[in-house]
Amino acid sequence: MGVGIEVVNLNAWYGTNHTLQDINLNIPANHATALIGPSGCGKSTFVRCLNRMHETNPIARVTGTVRFGDLDIYEDAKPVEIRRRVGMVFQRPNPFPTMSIYDNVAAGLKLNGYNHRLALDEIVEKSLKNSALWDEVKDDLKKKSGASLSGGQQQRLCIARALAVDPEVLLMDEPASALDPVSTSKIEDLIFQLKSQYTIVIVTHNMQQAARVAENTGFFLNGRMVEFDSTHKIFTNPSDKRTEDYITGRFG
Amino acid sequence: MTRIRFQQSLEELKEQLLVMAGLAEQAIQRAIEAYRVRDLSICDLVSRSELAINRLERDIDQAALDLLAMEQPMAIDLRFILAVIKINADLERVGDAAKAISERVRSMDQMAVADLPVDIPRMASMAAEMVRKCLQSFIEADAPMARSILAMDDAVDAMNKAAYKALTKVMEEQSHLAPQALNALMICRSLERVADHATNIAEDVIFWVQGADVRHHKSLTGKRDPDAGLKVEPAPQA
Amino acid sequence: MGEDKLATEHKMRAQMRTLADGAATGLAVLSTLLVVAPLVAIFIYLIYKGASSLSWAFFTDVPKPVGEAGGGMANAIAGSGILLGIGSLIGIPIGISGGIFLAEYGRGTKLANAVRFTADVLNGVPSIVMGIAVYSLVVVPQGHFSAFSGGVALGIMMIPTVCRTTEEMLLMVPNAVREAALALGVPNWRSVLAITVKTASPGIITGCMLAFARVAGETAPLIFTAFGNVGWSSNLNEPIAALPLQIYVYAISPYDEWHRLAWAGALVLIVLIVLAVSLVRYVTSRGVLKGAS
Repeated sequence: MGVGIEVVNLNAWYGTNHTLQDINLNIPANHATALIGPSGCGKSTFVRCLNRMHETNPIARVTGTVRFGDLDIYEDAKPVEIRRRVGMVFQRPNPFPTMSIYDNVAAGLKLNGYNHRLALDEIVEKSLKNSALWDEVKDDLKKKSGASLSGGQQQRLCIARALAVDPEVLLMDEPASALDPVSTSKIEDLIFQLKSQYTIVIVTHNMQQAARVAENTGFFLNGRMVEFDSTHKIFTNPSDKRTEDYITGRFG
Repeated sequence: MTRIRFQQSLEELKEQLLVMAGLAEQAIQRAIEAYRVRDLSICDLVSRSELAINRLERDIDQAALDLLAMEQPMAIDLRFILAVIKINADLERVGDAAKAISERVRSMDQMAVADLPVDIPRMASMAAEMVRKCLQSFIEADAPMARSILAMDDAVDAMNKAAYKALTKVMEEQSHLAPQALNALMICRSLERVADHATNIAEDVIFWVQGADVRHHKSLTGKRDPDAGLKVEPAPQA
Repeated sequence: MGEDKLATEHKMRAQMRTLADGAATGLAVLSTLLVVAPLVAIFIYLIYKGASSLSWAFFTDVPKPVGEAGGGMANAIAGSGILLGIGSLIGIPIGISGGIFLAEYGRGTKLANAVRFTADVLNGVPSIVMGIAVYSLVVVPQGHFSAFSGGVALGIMMIPTVCRTTEEMLLMVPNAVREAALALGVPNWRSVLAITVKTASPGIITGCMLAFARVAGETAPLIFTAFGNVGWSSNLNEPIAALPLQIYVYAISPYDEWHRLAWAGALVLIVLIVLAVSLVRYVTSRGVLKGAS
């Protein structure tokens, strides 16, 4: 099941660049939340703050609070622990090139020491089914490498890999931007099905996609969150003129 | 500013609608004038403009459909196009009402003039004023002006009810005046319809400009709620 | 009329392009042949000069004293194997660790720059100087020549190549793969080893083979360390024979018999290196040490 995310006064810097300014936000559990905004507005940085991945950059710095339920993920936990509770899917599919499909899906578990063979078989199958890839690969699990699949399949493989560790939160950074329309539709359908079990945050450039999959949408601009509301409201009658200008294409 | 072509397309759509609006407004004013002076030639003008109005209705719907399909409009642009489609239909109905009135005037031409207890001119001028105002509010995207029309509809409704009562009484008590009374009743009904369509157009303008759906918001007392549709739902909680 | 002229002009240009294309291809082929030719020439010459001296005895006998016919280089072949073994045990782990540090932990730091600089300098040290250095550092304190010191010398010479190649191969692993592992909650050290290094392993292995092939033929550093041995060595603390060393000693001698053996030895040395490299390639591609293609 998913967990709600509370963000209080989040500020982030890359070196001297104040990338995120005073972000306050409540991301509801078991819903999909979309983040939109022009390039460089900070939405990807924000998402990376949610699983402390921005810390992989040595010049990154963060102040403020992020809570998963009651847990302050910066004060009360280590990055590795948090990342095990959060799955992340990136813009370009990045399956592990040296591993088979099976090993790719099981990677999150195997690399963390979990090795029970039968249980892994079950988890791999369940994850691949959940990411709508099972039927296409079930005969080649250990024979084909993860990198030999098509782009859309690779992305679904990455989703399966993220789901296999049973996270509470799923972060998706423009997951369909490198894919063709058919693959995109499959992934959107997937998100729709998954959101009742996980808390999903999806960064997207494609506003129609946000409208299709997310109940709530946040609009980021120049490192600030300008507006956060139900997707319906944002796309039919946003409160802030900047939001309206962006979604009607008058700028950005 | 980006999407220049799209902005221009929206402007063109607005222009088209305004042309149609002009024709509809002119039709209703001519119909009322024809009633006032009993001039059949004006009735002919009304009948001819009906064709132009119908053709414009088809063109505008097509243009709006294209914009929806091709441009993925959002927020205010989406509301605008939706409003245009609805106003389009209402204007066409106004044209129909104008034609119906001119048909009544034609048949009344065969009858003797009767002194009936209804103030059709007053009702007509109110309906015409509503049409003029709602189109003005559309041109200027003026939501308060549109709201003021909603109240005028109540007055026209009341006048229509009173006319119905008075004219049925005439038909019962002075049956030789029944044809005239019936025609007058039908003219009142057409005017009441015009007022309804003007109200619809006003509601569509409010929807476009403010994103508020003010239709059918009469409270239990029968009065319209002036703030209807503007209540904001609270933002979602974690 | 004008159209005809234009057409012929186009035709001429097309022909020129085809000619240029052919010329470039020819040049490329010629260059490749020029590069490969010396290697082939050496091989043919070695076979010509040395094959006749090859015999079973060559691979099983130790050198006979001057004047006696026959004898072989069995001990030198084995000795080279042992020295390369020790050298690899020293040079490869250090080199790979250094490469991992440069690529994964120290990127951009001053320390990394210093390490890289040191490796480059070490690479440029003449092999004879390396031999002398190890002589002072190992042989003198120990008081004797030994296989161990020879191995140390070869190992140190392997480090820069292994280190720099490892670093370069690791840097070629796309960052997306690292991020994928980290985002799964895998600790950094595990991600580096199980994912990044594994992905880069074919390249790293190539680097090790390059280093191996390079030091396999080194003679100068062994002169003051392994020293050579006319017979078998019984342990690592004794001087040991080595194939290049033996070839050198035989080649500068005034004896024809030894010259013949030197040619044979040179042929055997090159063949063994090629075999070793091929074996590693075969083993890697078969998936015993699986890496990305």
